[in-house]
Amino acid sequence: MKILVAVKRVIDYNVQIRVKEDNTGVVTDNVKMSTNPPDDNAIEEAVKIKEAGKATEVVAVSIGEEKAQETVRKALAVGADRGILVKTDGIIEPLAVSKLLQKIVEKEKPDLVFMGKQAIDDDCNQTGQMLSALLNWPQATFASKIEIKDGKLEVTREIDEGLETIEINVPAIVTCDLRLNEPRYASLPNIMKAKKKPIEQLNASDLGVDITPRIEQVKVEEPPKRKAGIKVSSVAELVQKLKNEAKVI
Amino acid sequence: MSVLLIAEHNNKELKPFTLNASTAASQIDDDVHAVIIGHNCDEAAKALSELPLIKKVIQVEAAHYENFVAENFAPVIVKLAENYSHIISSANTFGKNLMPRIAAALDTSQISDIIKVIAPDTFLRPIYAGNAFATVKSKDPKKCVTIRPTSFDPCESSGGSAPIEKADPSEEFAKTKFLKREEVKSDRPELGTARVVVSGGRGMQSGDNFKLITSLADKLNAAIGASRAAVDAGYISNDHQVGQTGKVVVPDLYIAVGISGAIQHLAGMKESKVIVAINKDGEAPIFSVADYGLEADLFEAVPQFLEELNKLNTIQK
Repeated sequence: MKILVAVKRVIDYNVQIRVKEDNTGVVTDNVKMSTNPPDDNAIEEAVKIKEAGKATEVVAVSIGEEKAQETVRKALAVGADRGILVKTDGIIEPLAVSKLLQKIVEKEKPDLVFMGKQAIDDDCNQTGQMLSALLNWPQATFASKIEIKDGKLEVTREIDEGLETIEINVPAIVTCDLRLNEPRYASLPNIMKAKKKPIEQLNASDLGVDITPRIEQVKVEEPPKRKAGIKVSSVAELVQKLKNEAKVI
Repeated sequence: MSVLLIAEHNNKELKPFTLNASTAASQIDDDVHAVIIGHNCDEAAKALSELPLIKKVIQVEAAHYENFVAENFAPVIVKLAENYSHIISSANTFGKNLMPRIAAALDTSQISDIIKVIAPDTFLRPIYAGNAFATVKSKDPKKCVTIRPTSFDPCESSGGSAPIEKADPSEEFAKTKFLKREEVKSDRPELGTARVVVSGGRGMQSGDNFKLITSLADKLNAAIGASRAAVDAGYISNDHQVGQTGKVVVPDLYIAVGISGAIQHLAGMKESKVIVAINKDGEAPIFSVADYGLEADLFEAVPQFLEELNKLNTIQK
């Protein structure tokens, strides 16, 4: 079995986001970038499946600017066998990403495609579902447990009401929740080894997909600020304030 | 053209966020139709027809719709879509799972999780866990939009009498099979709609200690929330998680106990009307959004909180 894992380069989750003064977006210059956190879970799961002898190859793919190569390289350092970088510039919407991934899937013919359930930059939560629609494959979104049984996958999904378990035929798309596993850190020897693993570079424009944005980003603003609160000195004072000032209890 | 709302239900009753999504849909266009896809869902279809904002209900029935598998639902809506300018659903796990599958089939760039309708093609949505708000304008002829339920008031649930039309089901998608759903049943108010939410974080130190949260929630008739750290540590089940990838809540009162206030948690609760933080670390980021902060050991403060509440003559329910 071959697993393709899509990884996205995003602003690190610990960075305090700043909106650009001209309201065209958020500041990304000189800001720490990392792999989208649930994409780390997707790579980890694929590598674990390979280590368990149930997969033969793990291929990491990223779509984005040249520097997204670092994100692919990190996936290689934690166990992916080889990488693909599809180079694009500017904003690329989930629909366009899923169309590019469809091209990669047609070329690579993986049995499974894993990715994070949501990217923490645009918070869209669309790409996996869109890719599975384009391929007409089953989708298991928000996965917190994956079991491989007789060529099928039993996937536990995190839903608002609790947990749901579905069985899907391969080939399939799985989007991963943060609780799926505990992503490993890359060891120094593995980081060195990853430098020798191949990364194929493609240009999005060569894949025959129209990736022109369909959504105009009119402006990006700071959210309204909460007015500063106060510190209370005791529980009694807190309850008094809630009762008499905020009038919520 | 009209707007098509995808109703969320359990075959018997509408899920409450369908009312919030109806409000959002009606802000795009007055002519809101709602599709309900299910199995033996007449009761829920009737409830839907009674929402005054809904002008027409389309009911699609088949056994393979019983468990809301997106692969089965999407083709039905794609087929109906030609008559509509917008397809709308809630941005909860139901809509998040389903809508992109529809949007891709319609070759539409979806707009997720809007918090405001500015114009029929222009919407406000939070990005970066709510640390920025983007105004976005769709250039697609058809628009697929998911709405953040807590940003729209629920509509009236009675007084309407929309006609219910039946539409043909699509074929079953045989490659995905529903096996089971483990729902956590509770007599408490639902987390997404509760007036008061009491949440615990890693500071609770164990699942057993969460009974302090439970006692406080009992007293205030509150829903119970949790930070991702608390869920990851196994103190409480995932359906309680508040945050960027969990639920977004906007109660009148949010009490954060032993929660440091990671960015991704704040994304799920910082729109609450009144926020209380109890934490022994005075530098914890949760205090930056709290209206009332109490720097104290929660294991002393929560029992005192209960005592103080017991002294009150009345507590709002």
